[in-house]
Amino acid sequence: MVRKKKEDVYQEFIKGLWRDNPVFVQVLGMCPMLAVTNSAVNALAMGGATFFVLVASSFLVSSLRSWIPKQVRISTYIIIIATFVTVTDFTLEALVPTIHKELGAFIPLIVANCMILGRQEAFASRNSVRLAVIDALGMASGFLFALFALGSVREILGEGALFGIPLFGPNYEPWVIMILPPGGFLTLGLLLLFFNWVKERKDRLAAQLAEGEAS
Amino acid sequence: MSGRPEVTMKGSEPTSTRLVVTLGFAGLLSGLIIVSIYEATLPTITAYKAKVLKEAVFKVLPGVSSMQRLTYRNGRMIAASGDEEEDDLVFGGYAADGQLVGYAVPNAGPGFQDTIRLLYGYLPQERKVVGMEILQSRETPGLGDKIYKDAAFVANFDELSIDPEIVTVKKGRKSAPNEVDAITGATISSKAVVQIINRGNQRWVPRFSGSETLPKPPPVGGQ
Repeated sequence: MVRKKKEDVYQEFIKGLWRDNPVFVQVLGMCPMLAVTNSAVNALAMGGATFFVLVASSFLVSSLRSWIPKQVRISTYIIIIATFVTVTDFTLEALVPTIHKELGAFIPLIVANCMILGRQEAFASRNSVRLAVIDALGMASGFLFALFALGSVREILGEGALFGIPLFGPNYEPWVIMILPPGGFLTLGLLLLFFNWVKERKDRLAAQLAEGEAS
Repeated sequence: MSGRPEVTMKGSEPTSTRLVVTLGFAGLLSGLIIVSIYEATLPTITAYKAKVLKEAVFKVLPGVSSMQRLTYRNGRMIAASGDEEEDDLVFGGYAADGQLVGYAVPNAGPGFQDTIRLLYGYLPQERKVVGMEILQSRETPGLGDKIYKDAAFVANFDELSIDPEIVTVKKGRKSAPNEVDAITGATISSKAVVQIINRGNQRWVPRFSGSETLPKPPPVGGQ
């Protein structure tokens, strides 16, 4: 792969955050996305855990890329990812037991998050350590941002609160469905709609600009 | 995402030994890291669990100032020696003067999603449940999790007769001292909680009442 220039490094980071956002554009990692985003705190914790696992795995996979034989690469990536996930699992249980209790089985399930394995296979195993880490930082931030967007919307509507602080007073009737699985699908659908609308609008504007310049 | 990676070989194919060694080494390293982090975090995790349990005991048995682990052996309740199964332990709660007030009984059973573990306080003299605390549950957020988030439901267990047994009734229909108002939308979770307490009672209540000599109070300060 050709060495990237400075501005490309920035692009590498920003692509995960926005243009190729793992959730809103690639629609990856839906299981934790829908399952644990019933409150903003849970979403942040899940996003943080995934962030650590993705960045650490990308770093290691990229550093070891010339030693890992192609035939066993997927198994090796999974071993690396699973190790970091277990480390995260125990660390969270020791440091923030209440949040760990809420997230339950979904921390171990980060191993099966296709976004993480996808980044190893598609990027970290073919690029320099520096680029791999920047790519992982971008993707992980994008995932965290998406989780937080979903979690806060669902908590505000479903519990009438954000970070457990009531927003609308005692007379607010919580929209319970929003913190149940259907609410996750609903919110995700609406957010995808919004992101696609923004993208389409931007593309149309760019096309108009290009037309204007041409004429 | 880009398409499939090119699985082109540079030079010769690696030997099977090399593949086995690579995976074996990765597994070994991974195992070492996992064991170290487990060892490093275990004390904090156990200490936290013990703390939560102790707080729960004081919460479900109001007016208790010390506690100790008890077990049932040879027809009476005695202080646990430490090598019993978790399953065979209850907690005795004592008043400031050393009198046994009641027992905190841990029990578990199937809920709507996963096992529910709880602790409830029981007064043998009055044959009453006087408090309930959920220790572990994965019930549905917003519905089933009301078994510990809904103060009104939890309050059902603050004074609850166990005779002939605890039953759930539709919300707002509670009329007898052994009835529990179920949570609307989480009937299964509510029934599961009651079921777990009933099972615990079936096992422990005869033991409590059959135990002639009451267990001695723990040394000052408790466990």
